[in-house]
Amino acid sequence: MQLTEDRHRPLRPARWRPRPGGVAPIVGLLVLLLVLVAIRQPDFLAPPSLMSFLGRSAPLVLLAAGQYFVIVSGEFDLSVGSLVTAQVVVAARLIDSDPSRTWPVVALLLAGGMLVGLVNGLVTTRLRVPSFITTLGMFLILVGAVYLWSDGAPKGGLSEEFRRFGRRAFEDVPGLGRVPYALLVLLVAATLAVLLMRSDFGRTLVAVGDNPRTAELSGVRVWRTRTVAFVLSGLAAALAAILLGGYSGVSFQAGAGLEFGAITAVVLGGVALGGGRGSVVGAMLGALTLETLFVLMNFYGVSGALRSTVQGAIILAAVAVSGLRSSSR
Amino acid sequence: MNTTLTLPTRRPVPGVFVALALTLAIGWLVVALDGGHLFNQSTTVSLLHVAAGLGLVAVGQTLVVLGGSLDLSVAYVVSLSTLVAAETMAGSNGRLLPAVGLVLAVSAGIGLLNGVLVTKLKVNAFIATLGVGLLLKGYLDNGYDGPAGETAPALVRGLGYQRIGPVPVSFLLLLAVAGAVWFALARTRFGHHLIAVGGDPEVARLSGVRTDRVLVTAHVLCSLCAGLAGIYLASRLASGAPRVGTEGLYDLESIAAVVLGGTALAGGRGGVVGTVGGVLLLASIDAIFNQLEVDAFAKQVVRGVIIIAAVAVHARRTLRREAS
Repeated sequence: MQLTEDRHRPLRPARWRPRPGGVAPIVGLLVLLLVLVAIRQPDFLAPPSLMSFLGRSAPLVLLAAGQYFVIVSGEFDLSVGSLVTAQVVVAARLIDSDPSRTWPVVALLLAGGMLVGLVNGLVTTRLRVPSFITTLGMFLILVGAVYLWSDGAPKGGLSEEFRRFGRRAFEDVPGLGRVPYALLVLLVAATLAVLLMRSDFGRTLVAVGDNPRTAELSGVRVWRTRTVAFVLSGLAAALAAILLGGYSGVSFQAGAGLEFGAITAVVLGGVALGGGRGSVVGAMLGALTLETLFVLMNFYGVSGALRSTVQGAIILAAVAVSGLRSSSR
Repeated sequence: MNTTLTLPTRRPVPGVFVALALTLAIGWLVVALDGGHLFNQSTTVSLLHVAAGLGLVAVGQTLVVLGGSLDLSVAYVVSLSTLVAAETMAGSNGRLLPAVGLVLAVSAGIGLLNGVLVTKLKVNAFIATLGVGLLLKGYLDNGYDGPAGETAPALVRGLGYQRIGPVPVSFLLLLAVAGAVWFALARTRFGHHLIAVGGDPEVARLSGVRTDRVLVTAHVLCSLCAGLAGIYLASRLASGAPRVGTEGLYDLESIAAVVLGGTALAGGRGGVVGTVGGVLLLASIDAIFNQLEVDAFAKQVVRGVIIIAAVAVHARRTLRREAS
């Protein structure tokens, strides 16, 4: 199985082309989609609806950032959707509508997300199980465990305190109107992600994805770096679960399909599968673009059930284009 | 690196059959202590039925994995095939053959798409087949809320429920398909080329193997097997079921069966005999759990653990072999 693409390209910068992994193409696409949305529904770009759109998109953007860390290091995480579901159901049962339990449960969710990421990372790196098997297996385990634990139907309920992260907003902000808490959480997380990628760790992560052998020989502990990437993905899933639980409530469908959404967003953002190329900003913009596309589909009355077809088409198109581009060089 | 010289069929019987015997022995004991009986007629029959469905998919999956690729779209191909079969037949025996033909054509087309994406567009197989799977998922989600169509009664009676002693006709179909694939791998040029491509595509290409063509063929055959599994499931359920493939976890389970059977995920090593063993092992575990009335969700957790553990054990063994 070729999980890494051929990188033996001659070093010949013949003519100008967008820097591979740069964010220019995705920004262009996002602007184009926003214009299309604005033509159909001019109100959409007004601050109130734009703010709530950004807040609503926060979970997918967070998941895309988490998935980016894993993908850029050369692996995949297919367990994030089930992790979100598990976290939401667990939170509801533990809080059981008791506001005083909110903060302990939030801490527990963050720790739980990191623990799942740690297990994914260690099984993948130390036991040498391909990451898609590890994380698909984790998917089965999490979904099975959460159903088992709750006897097939979600129990308990989230406290209002817990739900405010995903639901409430700062009212009456001058010029913007409502600013959802979710948007603030997103901005903080995004800033941290960008800073992280500019740090030594970020460079190491990309180096590991680009060529694990070289990284290993340069003294990087590849397994440790990749494991940290999985932990970050688990953490991002926990944050997304807290926001989603507040926004859309408790159900076994809370996280269904989010792993595919996150991978689509990352690919759309110009990140090379197999690792080593692309930026976290691109991945997050990819998630925003995907959400904008869904909004556009909605405005044009396209059935929501076609979302996965759209995602599949995007994944194939993006990967095929980058494959053709690299082989034509 | 002598993988291209050794044919898979000349290797010793994979350890999976030892594991299968142990599992059956322990399972028999545990079930007996529980007051049941593992090898009665109905358990054996349902075990072989489970094995038939999974086995058809897994035999096809063996081909692509041997070639160094893999196919995650099989679960959706299975679902789609049940629908194509049942809707085309619409309960009439007269339309049985056209329906089977249409299913095979559709699944071959999907396999061709997978193969072209992997070989010509150089998309990595995991992503290519995931993308194709998502395309199909969208089509299924959009068009179907529940069962649709009606399978021809003759097919339901025949492939679905007919059996010879305790052995269902569908299991014989699996054995026939597995036998054909075994023959193709061991005795034909295609088989030798496929294993060479899986071992090292560059070496195979330099030796004059048309690597792309071989891999595309493997993908088409893999999808055809998934299509057959869909026809079989349509005959069991008497209608088309848009979620049967994903709920049966045919993607992950088929890969697990292939790996359990000793085929290397990296390609080039292994064979279809081991896969049938892996399928029987998974089906036996399923049957034992059913006898012990283990909760369905607990079963899923255990399946996840078994799949990861199986691959981990295999990876460890490969590492040792490389080290020695």
